[in-house]
Amino acid sequence: MPHIIVCIKQVPETQEVRLDPVTHTLKREGIAAIINPFDLYALEEGLRVKDARGGTVTVITMGPPQAEVALREALGFGADAAVLLSDRAFAGADTWATALTLARAVDKLGGADLIFCGKQAIDGDTAQVGPMLATILDIPYVAWARKLAFNDGGAVTVERLLDHGYDAVETSLPALITVVKEINEPRVPSFKAKLKAKKAAIPVWGLADLNLAAHEVGLNGSFTQVVKVFPPPARGTSEIWTGAPEELAARLWRRLKEQSKAQL
Amino acid sequence: MSLIFYSDKCIACGECVEACPFGVLRLEGETLIIGDGCNLCGACVEVCEVEALAVPETEGLAPRPETPPDGVWVLAEQRHGELAPVTTELLGEARRLAEVLGVKVAAVLLGDGVAHLSEALLYAGANQVYLAEHPRLADFVEETYAAALTELARKFQPEIILAGATYLGRAFIPQVAAGLKTGLTADCTAFAIDPEKRLLLQTRPAFGGNIMATIITPRTYPQMATARPGVFKPATPVAAPYGEVIRVDLAALGRPPRSRFVGTVAEIKERIPLNAAEVIVAGGRGLKEAKHVKLLEELADLLGGAVGATRAAVDAGWIPYAQQIGQTGKTVSPKLYIACGISGATQHLVGMQSSDVIVAINKDPQAPIFQVADVGLVGDLFEIVPALIQEIKKDRG
Repeated sequence: MPHIIVCIKQVPETQEVRLDPVTHTLKREGIAAIINPFDLYALEEGLRVKDARGGTVTVITMGPPQAEVALREALGFGADAAVLLSDRAFAGADTWATALTLARAVDKLGGADLIFCGKQAIDGDTAQVGPMLATILDIPYVAWARKLAFNDGGAVTVERLLDHGYDAVETSLPALITVVKEINEPRVPSFKAKLKAKKAAIPVWGLADLNLAAHEVGLNGSFTQVVKVFPPPARGTSEIWTGAPEELAARLWRRLKEQSKAQL
Repeated sequence: MSLIFYSDKCIACGECVEACPFGVLRLEGETLIIGDGCNLCGACVEVCEVEALAVPETEGLAPRPETPPDGVWVLAEQRHGELAPVTTELLGEARRLAEVLGVKVAAVLLGDGVAHLSEALLYAGANQVYLAEHPRLADFVEETYAAALTELARKFQPEIILAGATYLGRAFIPQVAAGLKTGLTADCTAFAIDPEKRLLLQTRPAFGGNIMATIITPRTYPQMATARPGVFKPATPVAAPYGEVIRVDLAALGRPPRSRFVGTVAEIKERIPLNAAEVIVAGGRGLKEAKHVKLLEELADLLGGAVGATRAAVDAGWIPYAQQIGQTGKTVSPKLYIACGISGATQHLVGMQSSDVIVAINKDPQAPIFQVADVGLVGDLFEIVPALIQEIKKDRG
């Protein structure tokens, strides 16, 4: 019976985070926290493996105490257990320090046969924690999966996206797999599971629980450091043209030939 | 660790509260409350005019080691003997950075039967080509590629490694960084060197392009980054290439693999890959039907470009997912982007707003796409696009 771990992240809804290009202040109307949308596909795939082959699904996340909401939501989808990795010392972690913290949690959970991650989080957009976690755990890993097939020998064939198309890669278990949204259609949480999720106990593991030292985690344990945050350069003011289609087309073509740096 | 707050300096102006991307700061009277969820990003420190906020210094860490012996490396991404365009783009950028640092540029070429590509890499300005050829490198497998590059980096110790932020690069470069225990910055769009500290300044968009961040790897080597394709100018060829090809046998390739390549399931039939296209003609919900995609294809063909799509057009099944542009698809920055029947949801805009020139064609004059467009044409795409096709054909005789 496979033990499946799904890593999720609580993220702000991206479009609400925007710096004013003039004042550098933030335009924001109350930031809602959601489960990173890509992680829902990872969770669904974990649940599907469980539905087909038995086993259990444990969801983990590293974050502030309020990230518990995301875990409870994941339990509502049907995950069996959830663990929150939360400690003031974890703050400011880069992808390496995050992956290291998650790796210790995976160890403490007794390892996993399969670990699923979403392809990337929509706030950081790095797509780095999954592959780094696999390296730290020293297990094989396949990126951008859109289809899984289990083989008799206990290996899994993964169909995955690359720049040229889709390749099939066979990998032994345990393995870590990051998934793209094509892989499935996440289910709707059942009322029963939601009710159960409400009452579920979610353990919180901190620094000491994970056998980590303060210099290994958070900002201290990070190899990268943010030195500056600024709004993207604003685009030029746009011209709006109206008129007959033929006129617009002729005018546009003249403009493009003059202005565009592309070979037209 | 938490944010440092000097209450004596604070004037309770509230700028930091506004600036916090995570909404964890609030003012209670004159007191600033720092809630849970602060990840020390420093956005508040930037805006504080009285210097009442600071990100804590990292404590008790190993000092930065000596500068490693080798220079700036570029992963020469190739498939079946064909170089990905991002490779020459990065070689151009690497040459610029290496000049500031006074070091050499090397290309790392992994594959099977790819030695002939060395010449192109030397012409693009590489001073050295590290060449590892092996049947197991013929097709991409994360574990194998990661082990190969990790071993090379351990052996020759570069100061910087750059790779394309392609699906391939982003799949395995994080494993190399983790293996080398060093920092990695994803999907960069600008680089600079701090000459005094010899630091690579890596700038990248975050929050779907709404915020830019500059990131450093201050105390480990190599400094690693993946860079967005199509952003940097391809290297101008050198007149007389000089440099050596260094063949390397890798121990990692002798170990039994845990994953193996089985086969290619489907090739994406793009006439021009989206990431390499100078011109993209993209369609959205306004296309209404699958058969109208032909109209975009005709225009794209005339302009030597590719066809892109919004999520709506992909979800409707009109255009394949591989052509999706935006947050859940690809990020592109062509020289010309023509948006046809695209309203301009933020999730789409983040994937294309760094294009050089944006033209939008939409019936609704209030559509948000017009806010990022350089030229906005208000009208029916089914009238304007055919007229444009006619105009181009007429012009070209």
